[in-house]
Amino acid sequence: MSQDTKNYYLPGPSFWPLIASISLFLLAGGFAMVLNKVAMGTPLMIAGGLSLAYLLFGWFKEVIGESVSKFYNKQVDISFRWGMGWFIFSEVMFFFGFFGALFYARNVSVPWLADAKLLWPNFVAGWPTSGPGITEAFTAMGPWGLPAINTLILLTSGATLTWAHWGLMKNQRTQLKVGLALTILLGAIFLYLQMHEYAEAGFTIKTGIYGATFYMLTGFHGLHVTMGAIMLAIILFRVMKGHFDSHDHFGFEAVAWYWHFVDVVWLFLFIFVYWL
Amino acid sequence: MSTTTAAHHDDHGHDSHGHPTGLMRWVKSTNHKDIGTMYLWFSFAMFMFAGALAMGIRAELFQPGLQFVQPDVFNQLTTLHGLIMIFGAIMPAFVGFANWQVPLMIGAPDMAFPRLNNMSFWLLIPAAILLLASFFVPGGAASGGWTMYPPLSVQGGMSVDMSILALHILGVSSIVGSINIITTIFNMRAPGMTLMKMPMFVWTWLITAYLLIAAMPVLAGALTMLITDRHFGTTFFNAAGGGDPVLFQHVFWFFGHPEVYIMILPAFGILSTIIPTFARKPLFGYASMVYATAAIAVLSFVVWAHHMFTTGMPVAGQLFFMYSTMLISVPTGVKVFNWLATMWKGSMTFETPMLFSVAVVFLFTIGGLTGLVCAILPVDIQLQDTYYVVAHFHYVLFSGAAMSIMGGVYYWLPKWTGHMYDEKLGKWHFWTTTIAFNVTFFPMHFTGLAGMPRRIPDYSQQFAEFNMISSLGAFALGISQLLFLYVVIKCVRGGTKATNQVWEGAHGLEWTVASPAPFHTFETPPQVK
Amino acid sequence: MNKKAIFFLGTALSSIASSAHAAYDLNLKAPVTEIAAQIFDLHMLIVWVCLAIFVVVFAVMFYSLYKHRKSVGHKAAQFHEHHTLEIVWTIIPALILIVMAVPATKTIFAMKDTSEADMTVKVTGYQWKWEYDYLDKNVKFISNLSTTQDQIENKAEKSENYLLEVDNPMVVPVGKKVRVVLTASDVIHAWWVPEFGVKQDAIPGFIKEVWFKAEKEGTYRGQCAELCGKNHGYMPIVVEVVSEEKYNDWLSAKAEEAAAGAAGADKEWTKDDLVANGKTVYEKNCAVCHQATGAGLPPAFPAITGGKITTGPIEGHLDIILNGKNVMPAWKALLNDVEIASVIAYERNALGNSVGDIIQPSAVKAARK
Repeated sequence: MSQDTKNYYLPGPSFWPLIASISLFLLAGGFAMVLNKVAMGTPLMIAGGLSLAYLLFGWFKEVIGESVSKFYNKQVDISFRWGMGWFIFSEVMFFFGFFGALFYARNVSVPWLADAKLLWPNFVAGWPTSGPGITEAFTAMGPWGLPAINTLILLTSGATLTWAHWGLMKNQRTQLKVGLALTILLGAIFLYLQMHEYAEAGFTIKTGIYGATFYMLTGFHGLHVTMGAIMLAIILFRVMKGHFDSHDHFGFEAVAWYWHFVDVVWLFLFIFVYWL
Repeated sequence: MSTTTAAHHDDHGHDSHGHPTGLMRWVKSTNHKDIGTMYLWFSFAMFMFAGALAMGIRAELFQPGLQFVQPDVFNQLTTLHGLIMIFGAIMPAFVGFANWQVPLMIGAPDMAFPRLNNMSFWLLIPAAILLLASFFVPGGAASGGWTMYPPLSVQGGMSVDMSILALHILGVSSIVGSINIITTIFNMRAPGMTLMKMPMFVWTWLITAYLLIAAMPVLAGALTMLITDRHFGTTFFNAAGGGDPVLFQHVFWFFGHPEVYIMILPAFGILSTIIPTFARKPLFGYASMVYATAAIAVLSFVVWAHHMFTTGMPVAGQLFFMYSTMLISVPTGVKVFNWLATMWKGSMTFETPMLFSVAVVFLFTIGGLTGLVCAILPVDIQLQDTYYVVAHFHYVLFSGAAMSIMGGVYYWLPKWTGHMYDEKLGKWHFWTTTIAFNVTFFPMHFTGLAGMPRRIPDYSQQFAEFNMISSLGAFALGISQLLFLYVVIKCVRGGTKATNQVWEGAHGLEWTVASPAPFHTFETPPQVK
Repeated sequence: MNKKAIFFLGTALSSIASSAHAAYDLNLKAPVTEIAAQIFDLHMLIVWVCLAIFVVVFAVMFYSLYKHRKSVGHKAAQFHEHHTLEIVWTIIPALILIVMAVPATKTIFAMKDTSEADMTVKVTGYQWKWEYDYLDKNVKFISNLSTTQDQIENKAEKSENYLLEVDNPMVVPVGKKVRVVLTASDVIHAWWVPEFGVKQDAIPGFIKEVWFKAEKEGTYRGQCAELCGKNHGYMPIVVEVVSEEKYNDWLSAKAEEAAAGAAGADKEWTKDDLVANGKTVYEKNCAVCHQATGAGLPPAFPAITGGKITTGPIEGHLDIILNGKNVMPAWKALLNDVEIASVIAYERNALGNSVGDIIQPSAVKAARK
């Protein structure tokens, strides 16, 4: 155990969990209605979204306040590290499911369908494919245009973030700020290019299993980049306010971990979705 | 850390002067004991509700022909019975135990993230509302089975979306809860409490939490693909677009089989706690119990396709999954043998918790052995989707998981409430439950072998007698649980004062605190030798 | 106690009493194929092994429960480890498993070997019926549950093979290796005949193969074994295993039937004939969902009476029957031209509708192209 002088911080009663519950209820109930064309759905989802934003803002504000007030000792810091680590692991497993679907489609279901001559006499196995029943021609996404540039951008953003971290550890606040800002900028460029790629793509999410796996994987990745960029922006904002010092900056590290995780997912996407 | 640190604990927002009262005590709670209590009551309410659905199922199956419900409603009953029992009753009950017991057993002041802990609980409520409300939307509740296989689940109406989104919310709840439990166990143990000194219950929950974190996101992925197939034109599970309905089954069972162990490992932990207490003898083979639990957890990720033996996998796949499934019975067997060795040459008494535990060892082993029968692929070809499988998993989930929960409730009720429960009524509850359970489910082995498919509202006349017996047993089983409710309420409201140690043979930190356990415990970490 | 409860209690007692003569089925059905026999033996082997383990283990437990009680004054020992013992009870079960895996593996290889079949039948699962297509024999038909709705609703006495009887059974010759290629049109079904030891999911868009070689003539009954929606419990499988001779007779009778049906497509039909014929077709194929009265079961199954499609333009009506939509199957592969024309005539001019128009089978034939 550490040599702390304080006990583990235990927060008092809190309303936030209930707000979280209400937010997700509104979002989920509203979404179910939207999907089934019930008019009430949209306003419910908007209410849920607003309530979720309020929740995230308020809860994190409270936690940041506690952190700035030095309520957290070393042991609490370790708890946050465990928590963030396993949260990222759960995200890894989420992507694992979709990659599994991609591998299954390419290596199992498509070859099987090609063998089922009784049902699909003209279907030949191959990748990319939209399957035997969707016959419109489409052009697949090649790896060496935008995707390669995007790969470079994300890898560079990982480097700039590490550079910012060095700045923080050496107490060079300018390096920290510039590094963070560069990282956010690169993230935004990545997202812009990704949207451009979507707009120019010669296929949609309905283009069979190729379109489905492509958009599902890149779409969820893009969503994670967006969340990561927002979190980085918050960290930058906090840095501006003078938060974090060279020893105590887990908020920064947590977001950095997340950003590197998003990077790694992209490398897998680049290899398995775009390239091979 | 030493006791001198205690003086500082109050210098910030921590409310340890008495505790909040009224409704807000529960809504805003950041106390592991209160949250545990809410989990347990929620789970009990869901248990009764899903049990009521089962009564509907058994009433319809009392006789051949259609009497009470139309086939579509029957399918809704079986689907929601499964979903609610698994996600609403059994899993939250174990999380309730974890909340109450893990901090007490490892000498922690609370869970690592008290607010997230409360959020995990409160997320259960919207999920439950979505599931219950789905009965009232056009077309009725989801009727494609709890496994929600496409394309059938692609056909369903709004209720399928509601169920999917409810499961998403439950997934968030489980993941957050598991992160909390892992962090608590790794970071909040009292000084001297090394990993290999942790009570077995804590070990089983640690491993369960890992299973949850690894498995629940995969379920979320499967459900997300299902919802995009339903509404956004993707073809993950549609052959015309190059997908495969069986892909869903692979992804689902990659979650689903670990899920089976998520529902049984904490039960093993409860047994490993109760049996040594009443045998007055330390748990036999503690280390091998830990290794066996870990082995089961690892193997649980490579056996999933044994739920899919009839989908027509290639020979290599069939053989791999048959062998790995057979293998998993080895560590499970080790556990049973260890419990027997713990009883052996003990000095046993048979209070209600021990009765439940002994019954679980006996009945769970029946479920385990029929599981071995089902693992033999050619035999499973005949048994898949018959009542034999229904019998098998109820022996594992009711007489394994649910009866362990009941045993655990009796075991720790005195610590929770400060009162002894009514031993006589507890024993009545045990015997009625055990007998009624066997009357209900034992005949299903035979109806299954003789060829009765599961999930049918009506059956040919050769199965009439056994179904009638099963239904009568089920009604008795249902009524018995009202007795359980009564015993618990009676114990909460009063009874003989419980001592701190409660049971003569009980060991561990939770028995060093007062009964009922004070609102805050171990604010100063105890020293474990 | 209300009347219903008394009624049930009464029937419960009387049926228990009257069932004394009925043979209880406590085990797998008597096998009629080599594979089913192997499965039967494998099952018996594993049951005996499990039972032996069970008896030994719990003899020990109950002995302990009896002897090592506090109430008989037994003092607790304090041992909590015994490495040799722990290794032994890990290794012995593993060895038992290996012994059981060997025959199981052999059977799996045999089950998967669909080569050198004498004939091939394509079986397709539909909600909620089976279609049998004897490839290269030009014989293709639908097999529906033939138990009446009255029996299901307890308004008529239940027949001997209640829920296990069909209008058109699958017929195969005895002693021939039959390869079954399975698929489904809508959702996953499973084709299961216990006596053959065959159970295989029928997966839409995929072909799965199984085989059987029935050694004994007789009628064998199975059921769909994968939840497939509302009437999952009402799509049995009946296979008649007959001599080669009878099988050939049956084949030619079926071929004639098909030829007669095809011939009907070219002649001009009157409205009354079509409506009359349509009633049979409707009740066999459509009433399951849209109900015999035409009232439907909204929202899943719309009403025929006054329905948007059944009283709208006849082309739209024909289109939905031929090609299906959502839950509605595509009937073009299931019904012949005369049947489709008849059912359209019936739906538009009976069941409370009186649109007045009909479509000739020849027009249906043309619309298929």
